[in-house]
Amino acid sequence: MKNLLAITDFSVEEIEELLCVAEDISKNIEKYSKKCENKILATLFFEPSTRTRLSFESAMLSLGGKTLGFSDANSSSSTKGESVSDTIKVVSCYSDIIAMRHPKEGAPLVASMSSKVPIINAGDGGHNHPTQTLTDLLTIKTEKGRLDNLTVGFCGDLKFGRTVHSLIQALSRQKGIKLVLISPKELKVPDYVKTDVMDKYGMEYVETANLEEVMGDLDVLYMTRVQQERFFSEEEYLRLRDSYILTLDKLQTAKKDMCILHPLPRVNEISVDVDNDPRACYFKQVQNGRYVRMALIMKLLGVK
Amino acid sequence: MKIDAIKNGIVIDHIEAGKGRKVYELLGLEELNCTVALFKNLPSKKTGKKDIIKIDADIELDFEVLGYIAPETTVNIIKNEVIVSKIRPEPPKLLKNVIKCKNPRCITSVEQGIDHIFKLTDSGVYRCIYCESSINK
Repeated sequence: MKNLLAITDFSVEEIEELLCVAEDISKNIEKYSKKCENKILATLFFEPSTRTRLSFESAMLSLGGKTLGFSDANSSSSTKGESVSDTIKVVSCYSDIIAMRHPKEGAPLVASMSSKVPIINAGDGGHNHPTQTLTDLLTIKTEKGRLDNLTVGFCGDLKFGRTVHSLIQALSRQKGIKLVLISPKELKVPDYVKTDVMDKYGMEYVETANLEEVMGDLDVLYMTRVQQERFFSEEEYLRLRDSYILTLDKLQTAKKDMCILHPLPRVNEISVDVDNDPRACYFKQVQNGRYVRMALIMKLLGVK
Repeated sequence: MKIDAIKNGIVIDHIEAGKGRKVYELLGLEELNCTVALFKNLPSKKTGKKDIIKIDADIELDFEVLGYIAPETTVNIIKNEVIVSKIRPEPPKLLKNVIKCKNPRCITSVEQGIDHIFKLTDSGVYRCIYCESSINK
């Protein structure tokens, strides 16, 4: 039984295969409308999330399956003190596959240890968010036509931004990737990502605090939100929140075919004026998220 | 101070002074019924001071954890008052319930009955298998 806890749980070939299926789904969604009939997806969201949960539910419904679950910890037994392990033992009796989000890092691994059905990590604290990464990869592939030989800029909260860590991990296995890491010093990429991923795979990277000076080099710009829920101190959050705001003016030096991504939700880090720029791909990402989650559910359920 | 030799047993030598009690605890020596002696602050030519543990019984122990907590030690296995083997502990690939993850965001900070497991990475650092935080000794 296969789970998706981190993007590295899948080989490069498995990811390519998954993206191909997702691309086919995007062209012929009707063809897949009965693939998961009589299957149930449980969405266990111990931490509130509207879009990821809806994306999973939409994906399962589009495959002809059904969904059940809860959308915040207050409506689950965890408020009564039930462990993750016990919750999963129970829910895996009611469902064929589980997508879970939890504020504590490593919770999906604990879940996988006691589950009878495949577990999908839908985000665990500041740690991993592999289905967002699959979404990002699909968007890069469809927009740029490749996943290799790209200069990819990550901007904003690179410390707690789990989508950043997962995407760096995924890109580390591609050839010719150059990373440009743009953040205030307090929100730099954690050391473990540097030593165990970037250095280990010999990735070329530069760190800077200045977005404008590197803008012209980028093929992809991955913007992130400074997430209030990751800070223990309100004061520190407020200080760092407005570090980078992408505007049309700042895009003047960017390549004409640069692709702007954002895992959403955004607060103010991308000005709404940018939404109509052809380089803005963040709403395409949302659409791709549905397709790639459909492909993932099929893969983990062994449905062809 | 006179320290008697043992006939059959184990001598854990060259423990960094002050670490003896921790080694004693992690090896679970309080569970043994045989004579076990913990010597603190013995004179050492190499380091000035050292701790030693002597176990007066021919038993088998899992010394793997020493590779993490006290890699400087030497474990001498003694049969008929002769050292028949010397073990120099290697860092174990996995640490199970030896230390706890200090990351307040880690699932181990709230989940009951869970094993605290750290894995040795290629870069020689131990990381929590759940949240991937590294540990400092």
